[in-house]
Amino acid sequence: MAFNGHQRDDEGIDEDETPTKQPRSDKEKPSDEASASAGRAASDRRTSNSTARLRSDSVKKTRPPFPWFGMDIGGTLVKLVYFEPKDITAEEEQEEVENLKSIRRYLTSNIAYGKTGIRDVHLELPDLTLCGRTGNLHFIRFPTHDLPVFLQMVRNKHFSSLHTALCATGGGAYKFESDFRKMADLQLHKLDELDCLIRGVLYIDSVVSSGPSECYYFENPTDPDLCAQKPYTLENPYPLLLVNIGSGVSILAVYSENNYKRVTGTSLGGGTFLGLCCLLTGCSTFEEALEMASQGESTRVDKLVRDIYGGDYERFGLPGWAVASSFGNMMSREKRESVSKEDLARATLVTITNNIGSITRMCALNENIERVVFVGNFLRVNTLSMKLLAYAMDYWSKGQLKALFLQHEVNHSSTHLDHRDQTLFFMSCFDVRHLF
Amino acid sequence: MAECVRLDSSTSTHTMDKSITLPPDEIFRNLENAKRFAIDIGGSLTKLAYYSTVQHKVAKVRSFDHSAKEASSDKLYEISVQEEVTARLHFIKFENAYIETCLDFIRDHLVNTETKVIKATGGGAHKFKELIERKLGLKVDKEDEMTCLIKGCNFVLRNIPHEAFVYAKHADSEFRFQTTQPDIFPYLLVNIGSGVSIVKVESEDKFERIGGSSIGGGTFWGLGALLTKTKRFDELLQLASKGQHTSVDMLVKDIYGGSYGSLGLTGDLIASSFGKSATANKEFSQEDMAKSLLHMISNDIGQLACLYAKLHNLSRVYFGGFFIRGHPVTMHTITYSINFFTKGEVQALFLRHEGYLGAIGAFLKGAEEDNPNQYSWGENYAGSSGLMSVSPEMNPMQRARSGTFDMLEMDRLERKLVNLPLLQDPSSYIPDTVDLIEDALAREYWLYCFEDALDGVVKRAVASQPDMPEAAERAEKFRQKYRHKLQTLRQQPFAYGSLTVRSLLDTREHCLNEFNFPDPYSKIKQKENDMALKYYQKAVKSLDELSWEERQFALVRGVLAGNVFDWGAKAVSDVLESDPEFGFAQAKQQLEERPWLIDSFDRWFERLKGPPHRCALFFVDNSGVDIILGVMPFVRELLSRGTEVVLASNSGPALNDVTNGELQILTERIAAMDPVIQAGLSEDRLTLVQSGSSSPCLDLSRLDKVLANVVRERKTDLVIIEGMGRAIHTNYYAMLSCESLKMAVIKNSWLADRLGGKLFSVVFKYEVPDGQPSQDSAAS
Repeated sequence: MAFNGHQRDDEGIDEDETPTKQPRSDKEKPSDEASASAGRAASDRRTSNSTARLRSDSVKKTRPPFPWFGMDIGGTLVKLVYFEPKDITAEEEQEEVENLKSIRRYLTSNIAYGKTGIRDVHLELPDLTLCGRTGNLHFIRFPTHDLPVFLQMVRNKHFSSLHTALCATGGGAYKFESDFRKMADLQLHKLDELDCLIRGVLYIDSVVSSGPSECYYFENPTDPDLCAQKPYTLENPYPLLLVNIGSGVSILAVYSENNYKRVTGTSLGGGTFLGLCCLLTGCSTFEEALEMASQGESTRVDKLVRDIYGGDYERFGLPGWAVASSFGNMMSREKRESVSKEDLARATLVTITNNIGSITRMCALNENIERVVFVGNFLRVNTLSMKLLAYAMDYWSKGQLKALFLQHEVNHSSTHLDHRDQTLFFMSCFDVRHLF
Repeated sequence: MAECVRLDSSTSTHTMDKSITLPPDEIFRNLENAKRFAIDIGGSLTKLAYYSTVQHKVAKVRSFDHSAKEASSDKLYEISVQEEVTARLHFIKFENAYIETCLDFIRDHLVNTETKVIKATGGGAHKFKELIERKLGLKVDKEDEMTCLIKGCNFVLRNIPHEAFVYAKHADSEFRFQTTQPDIFPYLLVNIGSGVSIVKVESEDKFERIGGSSIGGGTFWGLGALLTKTKRFDELLQLASKGQHTSVDMLVKDIYGGSYGSLGLTGDLIASSFGKSATANKEFSQEDMAKSLLHMISNDIGQLACLYAKLHNLSRVYFGGFFIRGHPVTMHTITYSINFFTKGEVQALFLRHEGYLGAIGAFLKGAEEDNPNQYSWGENYAGSSGLMSVSPEMNPMQRARSGTFDMLEMDRLERKLVNLPLLQDPSSYIPDTVDLIEDALAREYWLYCFEDALDGVVKRAVASQPDMPEAAERAEKFRQKYRHKLQTLRQQPFAYGSLTVRSLLDTREHCLNEFNFPDPYSKIKQKENDMALKYYQKAVKSLDELSWEERQFALVRGVLAGNVFDWGAKAVSDVLESDPEFGFAQAKQQLEERPWLIDSFDRWFERLKGPPHRCALFFVDNSGVDIILGVMPFVRELLSRGTEVVLASNSGPALNDVTNGELQILTERIAAMDPVIQAGLSEDRLTLVQSGSSSPCLDLSRLDKVLANVVRERKTDLVIIEGMGRAIHTNYYAMLSCESLKMAVIKNSWLADRLGGKLFSVVFKYEVPDGQPSQDSAAS
């Protein structure tokens, strides 16, 4: 995609996420509890205008009514977070409308919805305190093309009667906004994808400061035997290059919480991996494609430097094992006939991953940034790509660049969440991006 | 990984075609004295290079010994046709299928036995090593591919004007040729073979592979073959050109419903290549998948090239390799990608002779002892095929080119050519006034005009060699050759770079030379010179009788009237042919009355009242009346004013233009009659130099190095350019760093019409560069 710089304007963001702008935010009364938590927040978090303003408000005032949902509608997947309150009082229970109960029961008692919806039970965050409420955070995903089915379900369950605004980000928040309105009578509260992404990463960073390390890297990435995952402390995270690998790839240079730009992007991303794998192997899911890739051998598909030069191309310092031409062997019919689907899946994974590494490395050089954080759902359960990225960054930069990843199954202890206000809840939707 | 190992699965099904018969007149010319072979064998094409010496007929003039008072001839000088040996580089490109036939042919025709080694490069060099050694008995000496590529690239960029071009698919002219830069370095070469190599070139010998990518032509081909039923590279490209990528790619609008405004990403941008194919239950058309693949790879390469260009702060990026090689489809997608990623700051450049780079480089490696880089070389239009498009939809005729041979010939020029030091901005100088590629109306007119004039040229060529009975036959061959060139240019105006009146004239000269008509006008020029000399004294005398003021105007009118005498211009040759007595006086009457079409005479006149110029450089035009009765009196006046004069004339013949050889003799003869000229010569204030050119037009960026030195030493402060070819077809807009005078009579009614004038309209353009006040205004 483009080198579109997007310089963040501090005030604008604060305005955007000031709770007073949220629907219903001024309907409830302030409470002392909220002030206390905001005060705590100020002591261990950067103070900003928004938090200052928040401090004067109350959590109760800003706390939206249930149900609490957040959605990220991407090009391939819809990611849904649902906060299931566990501290419901008897009084609330009585007041609670039947719809709400039925939605809660439906979501929490199933792990699969329809043909393609899946709840990632292993990602569930139990006993989380959010906006003064305690509960479990659930993570649900389904393919974007099944969104109409989802909307139908929402309609059938009379979601709209709950007078809730659904927080959503991702391109689909824009694309399907009118569908939500027309088909499900729901108003989406849209949040900018990249803002959310940055906030999400920074939020995790803030959690890291007092909890177990969220961020990690691979030690000895060039040595398969010694390669090991090591925690990394992002004490002073800026500047950092944030590479978000979804269906496509966006590369952001982040200079501070509110100052970032989109350096560039590439259309060769997770969608390309899956799309090509589906065409080449007949698979249909990311998991299937990854599974095949893990069993394949890309060197049967790719033409390596040594296939051309018999060894290293010393004149230009190219090692024999380097890929000279991705899918280069497939120019020959004999070789096309001798490769397996697994080999093709592996080659696709290696091609896409290496290319992302290569573009990222050039961006890091051009922007003069040494730290790179890779995030996005392409890396979900994809250790293969993560190791490959770590290796490629380290090898081609001669150790200058460090590839960092985020711990997905982070142990979010409630202590870090209890001071979060509504804004942070919306942000948590974006933590979700990394948790998936 | 340039062109390496392009294993086309289909080659195995192709049997070596040995039945092909090679027309020796056309291909592998001058094999008898060929030496220094080099070969570049790619995946499907072989490029062969060799060096030959070519015997040319040249017309020489020699002064008669006038002191001996010979009675044998009343002629001014003697013309003799001599043999001259020049060096030529031959490059031939053919399909690998013909390699054996070609090697046999070479073996059978090669006379020179000094050659022991053949330089080889390219991925296929290894594969065919044994065959070459067995067939030719030469030792195959492998050269590094990248080194050859860079050497070849430097060579073409330096020696072939309009080598590089920008590709614009939807423009009137798809090819926009770039002017040759005085300094070709530094540049980035992105070679897209099976993989991609990105090379930074800083000087002739200094280059570095700064990066690359494994996603290249091999990826397009390999993945394309897996995804579609099409197994050949060219066919995959064809398939792609028919597809719609939007059915396979996920666009920004597929995700956002429209554009992603806050990031400035438009809805049509590809967010995820193949993003829509991530489903098991949908069929996609082969065309669409091929198109998506093409976009994916082109965009990726373009993006990486931009990132490298940015990091190394380079703005000139050339693309080559088999992925590009003349394919409009890939040139378009790469251009699009570069424009997108750099927002137009960097232009994707392509090379006309990109396919030959490896062969040229390998050849140069082997010819290092001949030091080819110390010479200037020029493309021989007569022996070169020119740029062809392989796109079927661009020109259906061209598919038939499969099985044909593509050629490039480069002639070693006798003189090293450089820029005129007085060009205001050498990097933006464009010699030609009208680009006939962009101007379709002008193109049509001139192509018609040259075709129409062909009969006359043939006639004159035959007439110039009355003692040679086969001249008619040769002239006929010339006619066919030139007509064929004109037809090619009608189809592919871009075939030899920018199409201009100059290139049409030069091509005609090259073709005439090819068939040994080195100087069809030699006898006419001789006769005219002879006649004009007889009037010289009378003309000078009548000018001397005028007042200073009257004389300045008369001198200018004289140059202009003299310039009407021009056999090169069709309107004039018609008049001259029917009425040989057409005189100088009549010519003056034909001239337009002032105010002229372009008339800065008053300013020139004012300037003459000021201090004399230090030194004037005068690019002269025609023989006869023009040079003798028009230019020489003008020169005489300059000398009298105390201005030194450098007379620049053509090194070789072109039409009836006076050559340096002829001008030497004429000047001597005039000096014998005229003490002013005599003194000028003896005091070294009048100097004759060669322009380095054999063209009726003038390219100020390719002039004899000696001329440039003289211009510098003499601190030249006035440049005079005379004649339609030099001052209107070319250099009309040329900006010089000193005062300049452009004088011409428009002897072509179409051109006159274009410029808003009529036949015999006068252009008198006196220019003073910005910021440099003319002497008179400074004085006043």
